[in-house]
Amino acid sequence: MKRIKTLTNNTLNNTVVKGGCGECQTSCQSACKTSCTVGNQSCENK
Amino acid sequence: MVHQYKNNGYNIVLDVCSGSVHVVDELVYDMIAMFSDKSKEEIANAIKETYGDTYSEEDIADAYSDIEELISNGQLFTEDVYKDVIIDFKKRKTVVKALCLHIAHDCNLACKYCFADEGEYHGQKRELMSLEVGKKAIDFLIENSGNRVNLEVDFFGGEPLMNFDVVKEIVAYGRSKEKAANKNFRFTLTTNGVLLSDEVIEFCNKEISNVVLSLDGRKCIHDDMRPTRNGKGSYDIIVPKFKEFVEKRGDKSYYVRGTFTRHNLDFVEDFKLMADLGFKEISIEPVVAADGLDYTIREEDIDRICEEYDKLALDIIERHKAGKPVTFFHYMLDLNGGPCVYKRLSGCGSGTEYLAVTPTGELYPCHQFVGIEDFSMGNVFDGVKREDIVDDFKLCNVYAKDKCKDCFARFYCSGGCAANSYQFHGSILDAYDIGCKLQQKRVECAIMIKAALADLEEGEV
Repeated sequence: MKRIKTLTNNTLNNTVVKGGCGECQTSCQSACKTSCTVGNQSCENK
Repeated sequence: MVHQYKNNGYNIVLDVCSGSVHVVDELVYDMIAMFSDKSKEEIANAIKETYGDTYSEEDIADAYSDIEELISNGQLFTEDVYKDVIIDFKKRKTVVKALCLHIAHDCNLACKYCFADEGEYHGQKRELMSLEVGKKAIDFLIENSGNRVNLEVDFFGGEPLMNFDVVKEIVAYGRSKEKAANKNFRFTLTTNGVLLSDEVIEFCNKEISNVVLSLDGRKCIHDDMRPTRNGKGSYDIIVPKFKEFVEKRGDKSYYVRGTFTRHNLDFVEDFKLMADLGFKEISIEPVVAADGLDYTIREEDIDRICEEYDKLALDIIERHKAGKPVTFFHYMLDLNGGPCVYKRLSGCGSGTEYLAVTPTGELYPCHQFVGIEDFSMGNVFDGVKREDIVDDFKLCNVYAKDKCKDCFARFYCSGGCAANSYQFHGSILDAYDIGCKLQQKRVECAIMIKAALADLEEGEV
């Protein structure tokens, strides 16, 4: 695909199967205390 | 749902429901925009009309088949299939895995924008948490955390270092319980820096997994919003201490965290100052304040702030190129190993897996609700009494919010901050509109940075 560069090699759909363990960090415990940013957290169950 | 935008010369296509990100050329970009409601022939004709002879029949046919391939790979025009699994997931019994301990409802600064009212939280008494309450909070967390191994405890305030002895003893108590309970405590602490000493630094670098150091940036900006109780600036007191702290911290996590207001919409200058001071992990957040205050961000400021976010993104790319990368919290994005869809759609966990504890042991859905009587949930001695509040927060997810349904950023913010929603609309099921627009812009910038860094890695820039 010379006109398309895909930056992701995983899709959210794949995480439905193994996700949901809840071991990851709570979003407000990092550096945001007044907004909600979840997409930048890391998965602990890779 | 597909979100397309152009930024810094990149044509970016985000397939919202799969999370796939594609950087494409002009031809593919325009064809994707027409794909849903035009036939192959209509698209080809429209391209010829716009671009003349720039693209051959073969170019157009190739581009079309590439788009079809992405669709068949589940990377473009995917449907939102998560609603039912999330609702079932949220119906499960939740466990508590994180506490925000309000170790001190008192502060040694008098920051003008403080949502904690300098520790008084909607008129609560200025007081410190006792060791008894702190230990009970640890017990409560262990007892209510089910099988979760990783538990988080944030020392928050007011200013937590005003009660440092109790912080140390709570940490020691938690550590003493870890093995038998099969738990791993991660302690975090947010401080204004005034009371940082060699002892505190040594303790934090040993025991505290993440430290948030409050600094707004330039001296004039910081001192204006973060004065001491007697009205003097705090910049000169804290910056040397923060530098020493971070130098000694090694590779342990920290954030230098600032707040920008209407008084410094040019907050990239504050970011640059922090980076130039040597801080590598930086967060600067927009103030969330009541309408009508001179420093409150207004609707009319959004375009200006978005321009600033673009400048910030370019600065971050330049620092990468120079081999001196700096992390900006809101631009962190792991496109391949980020959180699962459950995490992304079920919200920040406030009121369910994340609770705040006041100095007297009272429980609230999160630190921002502390002191609002309707949200008092129980206490660490008797446990959660208001299961109805837990249920309300449990069902608070992007599918319960009308404003999120068509938003491309919903997989990144999880429906936004419930406290902000409550503050502006009186309901946790709404959204703080200015916050949404800024969040959308940050997501766009974060993805663009990924595209630029991918080029850097490939040596294309």
